[in-house]
Amino acid sequence: MEIKIQIEKLKISFGNIEVLKGVSINVYKNRITGFMGPAGSGKSTLISAVNRMIDYEENVKIEGKIYIDDIDVINDDIEGVSLRRQIGTVFAVPIPLPRSVYDNIAYGPRLKGITEKSKLDIIVEDSLKKAFLWGEMKDRLNISALKLSGGQQQRLCLARSLALKPEIILLDEPCSGLDPISTAKIEDALSGLKNEYTIILVSNNTKQIARISDYSAFFYMGEMIEYGTTEKIFTNPSEKRTEDYLSGKFG
Amino acid sequence: MRVNPRFIDKIVKLGLNAQAFFTVGILIVIVATICFKGFPYINFEFVFSSPEDMGRRGGIFPSIIGTILLVMLSILLATPLGVGTAIYLTEYTKESRFTKIIRFGVESLAGIPSILYGLFGFIFFVIKLKMGWSLLAGVLTITIMILPTIIRTSEEAIKSVPRNLRLVSYSLSATKWETVTKVVIPSAAPGILTGVMLSIGRAVGETAAVIFTMGSSLRFPASLMDSGRTMAVHFYILAREGISMEKAYATSLILVLSILLVNIIAYYIMNRVISKYS
Amino acid sequence: MIKKYRFNKEHLVRAILTVFALSSLLFLFLIFIFILFEGLPLFLKIGLNKIILGFKWAPTKDSFGIFPMVVSSFLVTFGALVIGAPLGLSCAIYLSEYSGKKTKMFLKPALELLAGIPSVVYGFLGVIYIVPLVRNYLGGSGFSLLSTSIVLGVMILPTIISISFDAIVSVPKTYREGSFAMGATKWQTIYKVIIPSAKSGILASFILGMGRAIGETMAVIMIAGNALKIPTSILDPLRTLTGNIALELAYATGDHRLSLFSTGVVLLVIIMILNYIANFGIKRKVLK
Repeated sequence: MEIKIQIEKLKISFGNIEVLKGVSINVYKNRITGFMGPAGSGKSTLISAVNRMIDYEENVKIEGKIYIDDIDVINDDIEGVSLRRQIGTVFAVPIPLPRSVYDNIAYGPRLKGITEKSKLDIIVEDSLKKAFLWGEMKDRLNISALKLSGGQQQRLCLARSLALKPEIILLDEPCSGLDPISTAKIEDALSGLKNEYTIILVSNNTKQIARISDYSAFFYMGEMIEYGTTEKIFTNPSEKRTEDYLSGKFG
Repeated sequence: MRVNPRFIDKIVKLGLNAQAFFTVGILIVIVATICFKGFPYINFEFVFSSPEDMGRRGGIFPSIIGTILLVMLSILLATPLGVGTAIYLTEYTKESRFTKIIRFGVESLAGIPSILYGLFGFIFFVIKLKMGWSLLAGVLTITIMILPTIIRTSEEAIKSVPRNLRLVSYSLSATKWETVTKVVIPSAAPGILTGVMLSIGRAVGETAAVIFTMGSSLRFPASLMDSGRTMAVHFYILAREGISMEKAYATSLILVLSILLVNIIAYYIMNRVISKYS
Repeated sequence: MIKKYRFNKEHLVRAILTVFALSSLLFLFLIFIFILFEGLPLFLKIGLNKIILGFKWAPTKDSFGIFPMVVSSFLVTFGALVIGAPLGLSCAIYLSEYSGKKTKMFLKPALELLAGIPSVVYGFLGVIYIVPLVRNYLGGSGFSLLSTSIVLGVMILPTIISISFDAIVSVPKTYREGSFAMGATKWQTIYKVIIPSAKSGILASFILGMGRAIGETMAVIMIAGNALKIPTSILDPLRTLTGNIALELAYATGDHRLSLFSTGVVLLVIIMILNYIANFGIKRKVLK
């Protein structure tokens, strides 16, 4: 199986606090990999290093390597912006830009220099379809994105990151604020996307990870405790702490 | 005998009420005086004709044009400079010794009284750079004078744009400048505009800094190197030299009305922003 | 495959914005340099004492004493504060503690408008209303320290009100609730808890108001009478530093012109000291 992201001995600290203590993990291409763990386990920090959004935090120190394909995005000479052209990100809270649904989705493509209306129309439709939002939105593309419901907004955010035509999608607890129905819609969308994209799903919801991810990793206190196929992790974990976490003893 | 504190409370409330309405009363007296005394002398001819006999007769049209030219050109220069500085301070640097020095500079500029701007504009632009009393010297002086207001209001407006919007923009592969132009400035625009409006108001009413840089020629400023007279300067000369009380009142009415208009627009914009974010 | 894109425009933008930000410093520097450059030579030639402490101002006859003007500037500033400070502070307290939402919606724009009225208009109305009032009821010409103080007192109201209002509003709600819980009346709470907590902000508002009063020019020229001696009563006319510059700059030449820049230097130093106290001595404490 092809490796898309290879993380080697990644250490990250904010000031004096070490949030990642030397994590190594391989993320496979065109699979959904779930990162789970209690709050403060370092899983969100890890993906913010992958898309280098961590550059916008203060007092950060990073050691180690993150290879995406052949490029070490931590040490090689590559700009964060360049990286994010090719990596989509969805945050925990849906954050629509204060503009129309259409303009939200066209935001990324326009940055890439695509200005032709016909091309943008296709991208918008395509992205919305992939995020299972086209049916609800096709006649309302020009309304403000702020008027959508929370679940719709989050799917819009997913569509918006798909519009960049990325190779990788990072989702940071994308369903934490959503109701079960909206959550199910997002999960359906993600399952449909994995043939084309490498997806990392960070979640504190173990059931969600179990439902849709192919591989699962358990993080605790800045370390990766266990990693394997979802089936293996959930049915026969080799670490006691993984078992305790999955059975709800802490988290 | 000890006075009942509840009784004192009532007296104080009454006193504070009276003082607040006294302050409003001052404003009403000012506006009412100017309106009642100025209104009878305002007509089409006054607004659209040139002054004659030092302003004793005729209108103030050249002064209106002079004011508009001075204010518009100053705003055109000061807005990009001020907003750019605010963007630099909020988006492109972290708080450091360097930003502290710049902020100190801005605060200091804001505190300098207009007569010193006049003195500086006179020696630097008019004399040393040989511009003479001219529209250009006036514009450059006023630009520097209103710059701190624009920087400070823009900075406030930019700071109030939620950080999340910036992060989303970055996550969608926008560069810093793309984020600033596409997300930050549009969201901060009403606040920035309010600052611009306040600066317009200040420039329209300014006298000391204008009279020694732009001069007080009664003719139309036909080029940047021509002297001209703004409404405020014209009003000052009419009133101080006792040339014509009627014309002075009429001029002051137009002056105050235009400032009132600018203030109302600024207030309207600000309220719209407040209602949008709450 | 991940590709590397370059964004060179960013560096250019950063460079331009840095220059923009530096421009404010450049302007401040230019203002200082040119006013000092013109104003200092006379201090060296005539002597600091003879200018700042000299009583006689006859610039065409080589007498450049501006002591009466320094004194007068401080007198009108003090007078303005005597009138503006209590009134302004009361209004700020009223606005934050007593006024309803509707009154506030009406008062705040009124105050902003008061701040927006040009100083020449204040001067003019001072001549129309205050000067005759003083002349008729108290005597003298009416162009006096008292009239000037009254007009300046009104002019600095918006500054005092808005800054002390901000200071009072930023006093934490818990302070108020605590005081009410102890059975204090509203006024006792304001007097014993709120004003002491907002002290430094209120002080800053007074000092910035002073800065505005001492720098005010056109209104002062119109009302002060511009006489060249130290006023001995509040009904005497006087000439301020700012007035001195504005009255004579248009026609002064040679040493006479330089002496006006010397006047400007003195004014600049006073203003910078006031601003420094207000911005960096007091405001900073408020923020912490």
